[in-house]
Amino acid sequence: MSGQFYVSPEQLMKDRADFARKGIARGRSLIAAEYDFGIALVASNPSNTLSKLAEIYDRMAFAAVGKYNEFESLKIAGIRHADLKGFSYSRRDVTARSLANAYAQTLGQVFTHETKPFEVEILVAEIGEDPGAENQMYRILYDGTVMDEHDFAVLGGQTDPIVAELGQTHRATDDRDAVVNVCARALSAGSEPLASQLEVCVLDHRNGPRTFLRLTNDEVADILTPLAPAAEMVADDD
Amino acid sequence: MAELPRFEAGTDPGSSFFNLLTLVGGSASEQRLGGHDTPATPSATTIVAIRSADGVVIAGDRRATMGHAIDTRDIKKVFRTDRYSAVGIAGAAGPAVEMVRLFQVELEHYEKVEGTSLTLEGKANRLSTLVRSNLPAAMAGLAVVPLFVGFDRRSQLGRVFKYDLTGGRYEEGDFYAIGSGSVHARNWIKAKWDQATDTESAVALAIASLINAADEDAGTGGPDFVRGIYPIVATITEEGFELVPDDTVAALARSLIAEVIR
Repeated sequence: MSGQFYVSPEQLMKDRADFARKGIARGRSLIAAEYDFGIALVASNPSNTLSKLAEIYDRMAFAAVGKYNEFESLKIAGIRHADLKGFSYSRRDVTARSLANAYAQTLGQVFTHETKPFEVEILVAEIGEDPGAENQMYRILYDGTVMDEHDFAVLGGQTDPIVAELGQTHRATDDRDAVVNVCARALSAGSEPLASQLEVCVLDHRNGPRTFLRLTNDEVADILTPLAPAAEMVADDD
Repeated sequence: MAELPRFEAGTDPGSSFFNLLTLVGGSASEQRLGGHDTPATPSATTIVAIRSADGVVIAGDRRATMGHAIDTRDIKKVFRTDRYSAVGIAGAAGPAVEMVRLFQVELEHYEKVEGTSLTLEGKANRLSTLVRSNLPAAMAGLAVVPLFVGFDRRSQLGRVFKYDLTGGRYEEGDFYAIGSGSVHARNWIKAKWDQATDTESAVALAIASLINAADEDAGTGGPDFVRGIYPIVATITEEGFELVPDDTVAALARSLIAEVIR
């Protein structure tokens, strides 16, 4: 008899979770952080063409870390979900909460039913209808767990030092350039951040109905200010 | 729609929203109209497009008619389709507006999925497909004929495309007009074409040609100074699509009307 060995459900889930976590930890991290007129998405990504950040809808963006082909297919599925919904109902009926739930369904389904779980962690960010309205950020893990984030969210493998640094430096009331700088520094762990190593996109109320904007390397280079001693930084802020 | 729309490699609709919509069963083109008489639908129009040195101008009147009656006085028939293109529509209003809505999503969807926008040629060809998919409805009397314009960022030129009912796509040289008043608008532009050197003069010529069309054609509405309803006029240049403000159109219409109507 060629019977299968018994594996307890706890062990099975743990193995799958470990597998997914390992895959995600291999990649570089990314940050989504609120600022006065929107949300900045800053990813550590040396490629100019294979992006981790994408526009989903008018006020909604997608960010992911992990296996490229897997999150790319999830990105396209998200765009389809949003465009179908917006076309069938109205543009204002497309919400981040609904998309986050759809992602959670799919990731949860794949985690328990398929041969291998997705090695991805994704973020759906949505800015409010007006500059004053509340922003939403949902982090969805490889197993379908959804988390509601505020101020900033960090995705990837070794996030603890980045979270700790942002806790000190990030202020949601700062302007776009200040927040992009703070994120870039947190990602480059003490060394000088380089525009060519970063992918930066924003959801900004000042961009019109389609709020998503991808910044070019040159634009990012202009925004980045060199690391300076603390005393000079105070002077720069004025 | 709790489930994400995901597909196997063989059935994937790619970067086209129209194909996606057809796959999930929501496509407007699926309704097959029989040979019965078509009910009266709002129609008739004049849409003009004029190329200028720095781009292209598109303008349309505001009237929709049903039979001999005026159905709507302030309908919009010129639409921004993306940053560098616009479409004007003539024909049955219902399917036309729906086609434009689908085309707008089609262009945006492609841009988001592919991370880059279609070339102007690519956009014009996609519109062909949408017009062709409306052929059964067109045969039943619900024809839609668009006029597509855009700024081609490769050649740095404005371009004008006209369509026939079968989805045939033809590029026009310097100007074109569609709709029931198109002959009168086109002839006016033809006679005065040399005046349209820059965007500003092309805007004025477009408005004048619409006034002339409205003067001759019952299906075309002229500027309505009493109600404050004026043609929709838009320019597309390197800076992108821009609507000409109502006040500007009103002022131009007021100054041009004496020259046109005599």
